[in-house]
Amino acid sequence: MDQAASPNAPITHDAVLEVRDLHTHFFLHRGVVKAVDGVSFTLRRGEVLGLVGESGCGKSLTALSLMRLLPKESARIVHGQVLLEGQDLVTKSTREMRLVRGHRIAMILQDPQTSLNPVFSIGNQLREVLTARREGNGASTTQQAVEALRRVKLAAPEERLRQYPHQLSGGMKQRVVGAIAISRAPLVLIADEPTTALDVTIQLQYLNLLKELQRSSDMAMLFITHDFGVVARMCDRVAVMYAGRIVETGPVREVFDNPVHPYTQALIASVPKLNQSVERMYTIEGEPPILHDLPEGCRFAARCPHADERCRAHYPDVVAVGPAHTASCWKAGRV
Amino acid sequence: MGRFVFQRLIQSIIMVVLVATFVFFLGRLTGNPVDLILPEDSTPEDRVEMIKTLGLDRPIHEQFLIFAANALRGDLGTSIRFHEPAVELFFSRLPNTLYLSVPAMLVAVLMAVPLGVISALRRGGLIDKLSGTIAVLGIATPNFWLGILLIFVFSVQLGWLPSGRMGGLANYVLPSITLGTFLVAGFMRLIRSSMLEILDSEFVKLARIKGLSETTVIWKHCLRNALIPVLTLWGVFMAGLVTGAIVTETVFAWPGIGRLTYEAVIYRDFPLLQAVIIMAAVMIVFINLIVDILYAYVDPRIRFD
Amino acid sequence: MRQLPWIPIALISAMVIMAVFAPLLTSHSPIEQSLATRLVPPAWDERGSAEHLLGTDHFGRDVFARLVYGARISLIVVVLSLLAGGGVGLLLGIVSGYVGGRLDSFLMRLVDAAFTFPAILFALLLAVTMGQGLNTLIIAISLLLWANFARVIRGEVLALKQRDFIALAKVHGCSPARIMAIHVLPNVMNTFMVLVTLNIGVVIVAEASLSFLGAGVPPPTPTWGLMVAEGRGRITSAWWLTLIPGIAITLVVLAFNLFGDWLRDRLDPKLRQL
Repeated sequence: MDQAASPNAPITHDAVLEVRDLHTHFFLHRGVVKAVDGVSFTLRRGEVLGLVGESGCGKSLTALSLMRLLPKESARIVHGQVLLEGQDLVTKSTREMRLVRGHRIAMILQDPQTSLNPVFSIGNQLREVLTARREGNGASTTQQAVEALRRVKLAAPEERLRQYPHQLSGGMKQRVVGAIAISRAPLVLIADEPTTALDVTIQLQYLNLLKELQRSSDMAMLFITHDFGVVARMCDRVAVMYAGRIVETGPVREVFDNPVHPYTQALIASVPKLNQSVERMYTIEGEPPILHDLPEGCRFAARCPHADERCRAHYPDVVAVGPAHTASCWKAGRV
Repeated sequence: MGRFVFQRLIQSIIMVVLVATFVFFLGRLTGNPVDLILPEDSTPEDRVEMIKTLGLDRPIHEQFLIFAANALRGDLGTSIRFHEPAVELFFSRLPNTLYLSVPAMLVAVLMAVPLGVISALRRGGLIDKLSGTIAVLGIATPNFWLGILLIFVFSVQLGWLPSGRMGGLANYVLPSITLGTFLVAGFMRLIRSSMLEILDSEFVKLARIKGLSETTVIWKHCLRNALIPVLTLWGVFMAGLVTGAIVTETVFAWPGIGRLTYEAVIYRDFPLLQAVIIMAAVMIVFINLIVDILYAYVDPRIRFD
Repeated sequence: MRQLPWIPIALISAMVIMAVFAPLLTSHSPIEQSLATRLVPPAWDERGSAEHLLGTDHFGRDVFARLVYGARISLIVVVLSLLAGGGVGLLLGIVSGYVGGRLDSFLMRLVDAAFTFPAILFALLLAVTMGQGLNTLIIAISLLLWANFARVIRGEVLALKQRDFIALAKVHGCSPARIMAIHVLPNVMNTFMVLVTLNIGVVIVAEASLSFLGAGVPPPTPTWGLMVAEGRGRITSAWWLTLIPGIAITLVVLAFNLFGDWLRDRLDPKLRQL
C-alpha cells in the first residue's frame, strides 16, 4: 500500500525508489504555490509506474524534485524523503547528487528538438556522460557510445556519433536521448512525456523500444504522461495525480477495470477507444484549481459530478478499494 | 562548407564594388569633380591635365571604367595634402591603428565574457548591477567625449598619463579604454542576455540531468551557444569599432587610419578620403568573411546548409 | 503615474524648453564675438561673473547662450533626421515585409550591408563632396538610421501579415497599396514610436560626433559637438568649454535612452533585444 509512511519506517521490500510525503513549494510574488503537496509512491525493481494527470498537476515537478533539479531561487523541497535504495536524496549534498544523476537515476525529457545541444556532435554529447566518471569495463568511450546507440536501435551508430542534432529526425533524436539515459545502466529511468512531441507514427515504436530496454535491464521506470492510453500500454502500476496530490494508485489492470476516483474515471473515459464510435469526445468540465489558492476539501470537488458538502469541506482520507488499490475519495466504492 | 565560403566571398566582392561605385559617383556628380581632386594652388594647365587623365570630359560610364581600371591596379588617387599616393598613405598608417584596436578588442572580449556570464548567473547581484550601470553609461557617452574626459582627469588634473600620440605603454592606456568601453558594454549585455535565454533551455536541463558538473554545464554547453549572437552581430560591432577608431584616434592624435580620415575631412582631401573609404571597405569585408567562417565552425547548423 | 521615469522626463523637458525658448532664456547672442570678455570662467569660479553663467569661449561668446541655441540645432537635427531616416526605413520595412519575395531578399541584403558598414564614413564623404551644412548632416544621419527601422518594421509586418484582418481585406479586394497604407501602417506605429525614442540618443551622438570631426553644421552656428571640438585645445586653461557641452550631451542621451527603454517596455517589450 502506498501510504505516507513515517520517515523512520523501514523501506518496502524490493523497492528501488520510495517517495514519502514529498512537498515541493514554489515561492513566488503572488504567494506560495504548493506544486507537490504530499506525494508518496513506491517503485520496485523492474516495475513501470505511470504518473498520470493533466498539465500543471505537478507530475513533472515531482520528477524534477526527485532529481533535485528545481530552480534554486524559487522552489524548494520543504518536506519528505526520496529514498533511492534506502538513501535519502533530499539530504544529499550538491556534489553527492551529481554523482547520482545520470548514473543511478536517468531521465528522458519531452521535446527531442530542444533536448540536445545544437552545437555539439551526438558523439560528444554521449561521450561526456561516459567520461563523467572513471569506470567502464575497458571499452573506450567511443565503443560504449556505439553500443548505447545500438541498444536504442539507431542505424549506423558509428556515423551518428559524428553527426549533429539538426541532421537527425525527431524520433532519432529521442532515441539518442534514450541512449544517453541508459548508457550507464541506471536503477531508475524517469520518462517525462517522452512521446508527446513525436509523430504519431513514431510514438508506438518508441514506446516499444522503452519497454524492451526496461525489460532487458530490469530497470525501474517512472513514466509520466497525461495519456491513459499510453499508461495502459506501458505501465504495470499507475498513480493518478491531481492538483499536487495523488488521488488513486493501483495495478493498471485493476484501475482500468475498476476506477474509483471520479477524476480517474473521467480520464479513462477521455481515452478514445477504436472499437467504439462516439458522437462527442468526452471532456472534463472546468479547470484545475489555482495552485496558490487551494480549497480546503477535495480539490476535484468543483468539477466532480458526485461532490457533496463533506467533499468540499474535508480532504478525503485514503481508502483501500481493492488489491493494492487505494484512492482518496469520500465516495469510494459508492460510484 | 565550401559553398558557404564561396557565397560569402562573392557577396564580399559585390559589397566592395558597391562601395567603390557609390564613392565614385558621389565624387563625380556633386559639384565640380576637378576641384575636389586638385589642390587649391593648381594652375589651369594642371586642371586640363587632370581632366585628361581622369577622362572628366568623357561620358560618365567611361570615367567609371578608367576609375575601375586604376583601382584594380592599386591606384586610388593622390592625396592633396600629403602629395603621396593615397593607398600608400593608408597602408603606412594601418599598423598604428591595428596596434591600438586589436588589443582594445581583445581586452574588451576578455572582460566582457566573464562579466556577461557572471551577470547572467547571479542576476540582480552586485556584479550584474555594476556592469549594467557601466554599460548604460558607456553607450550613452559619445566616444569622443569619453576620451576628452579621460584626458582631463588623468592627464590634465592628475598628470598620470600622457594625453596623446603614440609612444610607450602609457600612451596606450587612455585610447584603449576609450575605444574599448563601448565594445565591452555591448558585448557584455549581449552575452548576458543570450546566457539568460540559454540557461532556461532544455538541453541545459538535460546536461544537468546527465550529472555533468556545473562548470561543464556553464562553460561548455552554455557559453558556446551564448557566443553565437556575438559572432552574428560581429559586423555591427566592427562598424562601431571603425567609427570609434576614427574618433578616438582624432582625440588622442594617434597616427592611424582614423586620424588620417579626420585629416582628409578637415583638409577637404577628397582623393585621400575616397581611398580610405574603399580600402576600409575591403578590410571590413575581409574581416567579416573570416568571422563568418568562424561562425560556421562554431554553429554546425550553418555548415551543413 | 508613479512609474513614470521622472528624471529622464525632466531632463528631456529641460532640453526642449531650452531649445524652444532659447531667446527668452538668454540675452546674449550665441555667435556675436566680444574680444573684451574672452575666456571668462563660469559663475561659480572665483574669476567668473554672474553675467556669464557658464563662462565665455575664446571669441568671447557666452557659453550658456551657445548651449541653449545648440539645443535648438540638436532638436532640429533630431526631428528632421528621424522623419527622413525613420520615414524611409518605415516605408521600406512595410513594403519589404508585405510584398516579400525577391524585393524583400534584396532589401534585406542591403540592410545587412548597411549594418556592417560604418555609416560615418559616408557621412564624412558627403560633408566633403556636398559641403558642410544642415542638409548634408540630415542626409548623413538618415543613412545611419534607415536600416534599423527597416529591419524591425519588416519583422513586425511579417507577423502582421498572418493576421486575419489582412486576409479579410484581401478578400474584400483591397489593393496591396491600400492594405499597406490603411491596415498595416497603423499597426506598426507603436513599434515605430518606440524606435524613434530609442534612436534619438543615436542621432544626438551622431550629430555631436560629426560636428566634432568637422563634418556637421559649420561654424559659427553653435552645436554641442562643435563646442566640444573647439574647446578641446584649451582643456588645461579653459576646461568649461569642453566639459560643459560634453556633460550636456551625455545627460540628454542618457535621458532619452532611459525614456526609450521605459516606453519600449510599456508598448512593445518584444523589442528588448534592440
